[in-house]
Amino acid sequence: MPQLFAMFAAYFAALNRDLLLVMRRKTEVLTALFFFVIVTTLLPLGIGPEPDLLRKIAPGAMWIAALLATLLGLQRLFAADHADGTLEQMALSPEPLSILVAGKITAHWLVCGLPLVLLAPVIGLQFDLPTDAIGILMLSLLIGTPLLSLIGAIGAALTLGARGSALLVSLLVLPLYVPTLIFGAGAVESYITGLGAAGHLSLLGALLVLAIAFSPWATTAALRISLE
Amino acid sequence: MINWFKFSAPSTFYPLAGKLVPVFWLLAAIFGAIGLYIGFFVAPTDAQQGEGYRIIFIHVPASWMSMFIYCVMAFWSLLGLTFGTRLSGMMTTALAPTGALFAFLSLWTGALWGKPMWGTWWVWDARLTSELILFFLYLGYMALHAAIDDPRRADRAGAVLSLVGVVNVPIIYFSVKWWNTLHQGASVSLTKSASMASTMLWGMLIMALAFWAYTLAVALMRARAIMLEREANTEWVKHLPDIRRAA
Repeated sequence: MPQLFAMFAAYFAALNRDLLLVMRRKTEVLTALFFFVIVTTLLPLGIGPEPDLLRKIAPGAMWIAALLATLLGLQRLFAADHADGTLEQMALSPEPLSILVAGKITAHWLVCGLPLVLLAPVIGLQFDLPTDAIGILMLSLLIGTPLLSLIGAIGAALTLGARGSALLVSLLVLPLYVPTLIFGAGAVESYITGLGAAGHLSLLGALLVLAIAFSPWATTAALRISLE
Repeated sequence: MINWFKFSAPSTFYPLAGKLVPVFWLLAAIFGAIGLYIGFFVAPTDAQQGEGYRIIFIHVPASWMSMFIYCVMAFWSLLGLTFGTRLSGMMTTALAPTGALFAFLSLWTGALWGKPMWGTWWVWDARLTSELILFFLYLGYMALHAAIDDPRRADRAGAVLSLVGVVNVPIIYFSVKWWNTLHQGASVSLTKSASMASTMLWGMLIMALAFWAYTLAVALMRARAIMLEREANTEWVKHLPDIRRAA
């Protein structure tokens, strides 16, 4: 039992530390959020303001904006800790590195994912989505954005210390985001067309469980490689 | 009991690969000639599609190979990560460009085939889309490998990526498939094909063997080059007959 408590303590310590670091430099969080708002605002300007069209593209547009906004924060996930040696100390910690990594990923989601979920209703109104569809959209983002953070962490860990890592992360991670995008945007779309969102949301949840089980593990393997 | 690890060292694998390369080139040429002959002259003209369907003899084997090579890369990656063998990473790196080539070839021939048959270069079908994503995965692997300077580290990072990719490929395929059935945009059905003549099947299988032999030949050649490049300072490279003759 005490071991389990120690692991939880390590998890919350890593989470707490990352959140604290973010709070000391708020601009970084706000950049990703602002990016999400700007992209979703530009889309109607580029496509045209017809409400029918906007309602149709809203789920996909908002999901793609969410993917890109999550990508923005990914490079920061490990880069600073890698540069100043903190990551090596974490790897030497008596607690499993994957627990600390899970804490960092959770922090990334709280900072880059959760605000998008909370912002979604406002953007949804801009796209003239009906209220109940906005609820489904928020639910799909609530399940989907942690998935984005989990998958993205693997890419961030792999590109650590590589040349041009910022661009490389998007090349590696975006293809892996395809199922999340399909089920996330599909949930809202099938709800609007009357098919019900349960199937898509369940699949999204299944993917999330799978990613929670495997992503910290794969991320840790990748981190150990870049720490060699 | 065969000592499987004997050839896992570059010093023993290099000469073996050197002997195998011409064999596989020969096999590729023979199977290619037979397969193309069947494809162009033996296989009957299709009742619905005319002569245009003959692109199937390149298209289908290329698609098979693109998927198969990714699995082989994942296999070598797993081997490399578990046993820490240097050769595994070299083989994975050597296979990646050929896999990407086949994925591209499959997309390209598919577009050329789709235009006369369906009247469009591209449909958002599950197979087409997941093949495109597979192509992206190959590019991602090569970009990651090229971006890390230390080759050993690049190998291991690439191994993790290809394992993550191989888990994701089926998920991507089914997600795109269900997405496609929801949209029902394209009215084209790829699965609705008449019972295939056995000569056609044989032609495709023999072409697949030709591509298989070609892949082995090219990958082994590439692996030999990678070995020389990475192990240039070792004793066994200095004692190679080819190197001594050149010096």
